Amino acid sequence: MMKRSKAILPALAGVTALLLFVILLENISSMIPGLPLVFQPTSPLFTVLKKAAVYSLVAVSMNLLNGFTGLFSLGQAGFMLLGAYTFAILTVPTAQKDQVYYLFGGCAFDFSLPDFFGSIFGSTGAGGAVSMVLGCLIALVLAGCVAGFFAWLIGIPVLRLKSDYLAIATLGFAEILRAIFQWQKLGPITNGANMIKGFPTFSSFNISDASGNVVLRLSTFVPFLITSICVALIVLLIHSSYGRAFKTIRDDEVAAEAMGISLFKHKMLSFVISSFFAGVGGALFAMYVANAQAKAFTSTMTYEILLIVVIGGIGSVSGSVLATFLYVACCEWWLRFLDSEMYIGSFKVPLLRNGFRMVVFSVVIMVIVLFFSQGIMGNRELSFSRLKRLGKKKDEEAAGDKGAAENKTGEG
Amino acid sequence: MEYVISVLLSGISVGGQYALIAIGYTLVYGILRLINFAHGDVFMVAGLMGIYLTAVLPISLSLPLVILLTVLLGFTIERAAYKPLRNAPRMSVMISAIGVSYLLQNTATYVTGGQPMTYPTIPFLSDTVNVAGTQTKWVVILTPFLVLLLVILLSMLINKTKVGMAMRAVSKDFETSRLMGIKINSVISVTFVIGSALAAVGSILFFTNYPAITPLAGAMPGLKAFVAAVFGGIGSIPGAVIGAFIIGICETIIKGLPSSWDVSVFSDAFTFALLIVILVYKPQGLFGEAATDKV
Amino acid sequence: MKRKVLAILLTGVMAFGLCACSSTPAPAAGASGGAESAAPAESSASSGDTIRIGVFEPSTGDSASGGKKEILGMQFANSETPTVDVGGKTYNVELVYADNGSSADKAPSAASELVGKDVSLVLGSYGSGVSMAGGPKFEEAGLAAIGVTCTNPNVTAGNDYYFRICFLDNFQADVLANFAMDKFSAKKAYALGENGNEYDQGLVAFFTQVFTAAGGEVISDSFPTNNSDFTSYLNKAKSEGADVIFTPVSIAYAKQIMEQAASLDIGIPFLGSDTLDDNMVLEATKDTNLQLYVSTFYQEGGSETFDKGIKEYINGNSDALTANGGNDTISAVTAMGYDAYYVALEAIKAAGSPDKAAIKGAIPGVKYDGVSGSIAFDDIGDAVRDTAYIKTADTASGTWAFEKVQTGTGN
Repeated sequence: MMKRSKAILPALAGVTALLLFVILLENISSMIPGLPLVFQPTSPLFTVLKKAAVYSLVAVSMNLLNGFTGLFSLGQAGFMLLGAYTFAILTVPTAQKDQVYYLFGGCAFDFSLPDFFGSIFGSTGAGGAVSMVLGCLIALVLAGCVAGFFAWLIGIPVLRLKSDYLAIATLGFAEILRAIFQWQKLGPITNGANMIKGFPTFSSFNISDASGNVVLRLSTFVPFLITSICVALIVLLIHSSYGRAFKTIRDDEVAAEAMGISLFKHKMLSFVISSFFAGVGGALFAMYVANAQAKAFTSTMTYEILLIVVIGGIGSVSGSVLATFLYVACCEWWLRFLDSEMYIGSFKVPLLRNGFRMVVFSVVIMVIVLFFSQGIMGNRELSFSRLKRLGKKKDEEAAGDKGAAENKTGEG
Repeated sequence: MEYVISVLLSGISVGGQYALIAIGYTLVYGILRLINFAHGDVFMVAGLMGIYLTAVLPISLSLPLVILLTVLLGFTIERAAYKPLRNAPRMSVMISAIGVSYLLQNTATYVTGGQPMTYPTIPFLSDTVNVAGTQTKWVVILTPFLVLLLVILLSMLINKTKVGMAMRAVSKDFETSRLMGIKINSVISVTFVIGSALAAVGSILFFTNYPAITPLAGAMPGLKAFVAAVFGGIGSIPGAVIGAFIIGICETIIKGLPSSWDVSVFSDAFTFALLIVILVYKPQGLFGEAATDKV
Repeated sequence: MKRKVLAILLTGVMAFGLCACSSTPAPAAGASGGAESAAPAESSASSGDTIRIGVFEPSTGDSASGGKKEILGMQFANSETPTVDVGGKTYNVELVYADNGSSADKAPSAASELVGKDVSLVLGSYGSGVSMAGGPKFEEAGLAAIGVTCTNPNVTAGNDYYFRICFLDNFQADVLANFAMDKFSAKKAYALGENGNEYDQGLVAFFTQVFTAAGGEVISDSFPTNNSDFTSYLNKAKSEGADVIFTPVSIAYAKQIMEQAASLDIGIPFLGSDTLDDNMVLEATKDTNLQLYVSTFYQEGGSETFDKGIKEYINGNSDALTANGGNDTISAVTAMGYDAYYVALEAIKAAGSPDKAAIKGAIPGVKYDGVSGSIAFDDIGDAVRDTAYIKTADTASGTWAFEKVQTGTGN
């Protein structure tokens, strides 16, 4: 207990410092003119940061299930889809619904959370900001709840299955969800094949003055903040008695049951909570791409997240977060040059053309899976005490990491 | 009536092609307890090889070569991606399988440039024939018979030969058969070789019938074949074949239902719903042995 | 240790085995084939005599085939007119590419990549979904985008920075519905689209509206993504006694549908949208008795100089030839890409500077007579167009034959 409270403070400080750093990073270009292009608010840096923040939440939620409870589920994309649609349907302003649902003559669900709060707090100025933020927050929570509810529904039958059977059943469930959400007959609610758009996105959180100039950019800060809170909640859960029960189930189901841990109850709890956060992650994803469309939530997306979890280390929260930032930055930014032809002098670099980036990526992933199956972090966590004691690695490994708290100082 | 026949015909041919892939799943699962996610992509790669090889070689030479190269690919995948993980947790092997599938798909995208490729027409198989007033390709008629023939051959291999006996032993008890002196690794390799060869044959039949190949062309047939294998009772070859035919026919019937019901979009979803129902209520499938480690 | 080395080797073999076995026909997909134009993206903003135009197109994924052909038109236009005179100064025009991967989740980062490379305006994309996903990024950056063949109404609606030079889905559906009734006196139509694809479903919905309003009947079906068996659907159309089959689907599916229809001897005319105007689809109809009619933006023969020029360009460059599917049939999207480039140049000239805000302000006033017809913009940023070309597949020669110019009923 002593160790816990000691670890929490520096972790909290670390996260706060990180969040402040993000705000600074995002606004630095308007404070100091003449910085390199990469610090401009439109640079790929911020797109990558936003996407990575969103994905890291989903990766951590998947890790809670796969790494800490030992349930191999491949339904993540399905729960993200539920979250994204819930969020989108709840927050599209009523005035825009006719335009968005143009094929169906408007939306059957004529209600919008920001508008609802707008009618209480006013829809312009500070009141408008309050109602937008409140509306989004509640929609985010509801997005998670809907995903969690469906997880509970599907969990009743499928959680009795083991490892690969559970994986394939949840994968199938995600595919079924996608077909349902794309169904034209449900169009007045889900907009059928068309994307739902027009709802608040991360950029809506930028604070601008009366003439519309942005004074303070918060569009990267917001996903970081939400992800940090959610990840912190997951970490707290992992360190609670429930978390210990999860790990026991992962290590030995029979022993866990003999110890009096209700297998089904705990598996369900882990499944629902993981899906809740996947739903929140899905809502954040919708904000990131500024639309919600079932087409995006394919099994490929689940595989991508699974591979991130593997790269980070199954059973390590900080590993998942680190791996997400690395993966997204490489995939969306640093390695993009592999996709276009390149000349060094008059020498044409061979193999470089469209699609090569993904080939390189898959080879790297295979190498990690085969030769570094521990991933970046194994099942250890990143913490200040660990950084300090880096020299005395040996005895630490034996001591384990039960008390090490989570912090996310790793992205640069 | 013509319409009913045409729906059944395409159902049977789709089912036959799933069956050939499903056998690969069921064999590998029976022995390694591994869902070989990459199997559907091996099938897709076999199709691509068919395209590239027939472009330079005569058909009579290129088709056997396709089967040979696919077998080599299956063998290589097993040796490189699954063998090193033989003692690792089951989850790691599955992740490795997903990784291989990802690699094959991305490499196919790279090679084809993401464009749909056209499968060559194969003489006779691609020719059309008139059955009870519906026109169709010869391959549709021939597929079920070919599948039947292959299944008989395979059953003979498994029940009558020494390799087959070793395969049965390994699938019953991995450790004991190792102690009995069976060369586990070569038995597993044989399994992959058979599975890949059947996938190659399946790809020739499938893509002759539906001649466009995209990098994702193998993913859906692969998953459905897996469902078929589970449905029939994983580990059982006749089960996989019957499951595949049932799924193929159900799927085309759903597509063929009146448009006013607007349910044809659920032809894929149906397969997965069936999977969940089967897993929950009869996890050993139609013909599988009741095993304890599934539930 | 030995084993590890062996395993690494084998992994390598797996990865490159595929490339190796295909190396004989060398399908060098040259999306970024424009040689030096795809130069390393050193964001040397200092090079004041270059204007960068962003090309926001898919070169992987479902729409890669269309995206590459559209890029081809831009590259040809760029090779034809590589400079622009602004305010008495000559600027080199450089095309900067970003692949949006045909998918809405890759599009935002591709869009911000272009923004990050300091382009003056953006052309693209083929496919409405990616345009809608990338649109907000351009809007945020104050960068104007000119859609080339994204036909969904929601691309430009609600985004001040998105313009487009093509007609819209509702117009196209209107044209095709009228054509079906004029030419075939169709009373019953069968419409087939991909489930969850906004392009397909939008066209089917508009088509149904127009067709039923005129007293016809439409039966519609959707097939799941990655479907490959279309025979059930086609047989259903036949047994329902449809007069025409309307298939506004993407190229890969269109190809499958045509091939399967040919072997089924379906005997019902097909109506296709602009996506079907592609030589891969055309190839599938060759030597069959299919009847395929498509509505499109451009008909070969519309401008002889353009036809001649682009054919020379395609045949003179193996990458371009591969990108065009191995032959020199001109796709309408190539013509549209070509026009888009010149519209962009007009906008730059009208703005009088390479500044992106000035260019955005200048676009609404641009009027340009392109090879695909005259282009002007309305209040929303859509092109004012009232005609579409209908062409039909000549199955004997494997070419497109001009059918007619069709105007909509104007709703």
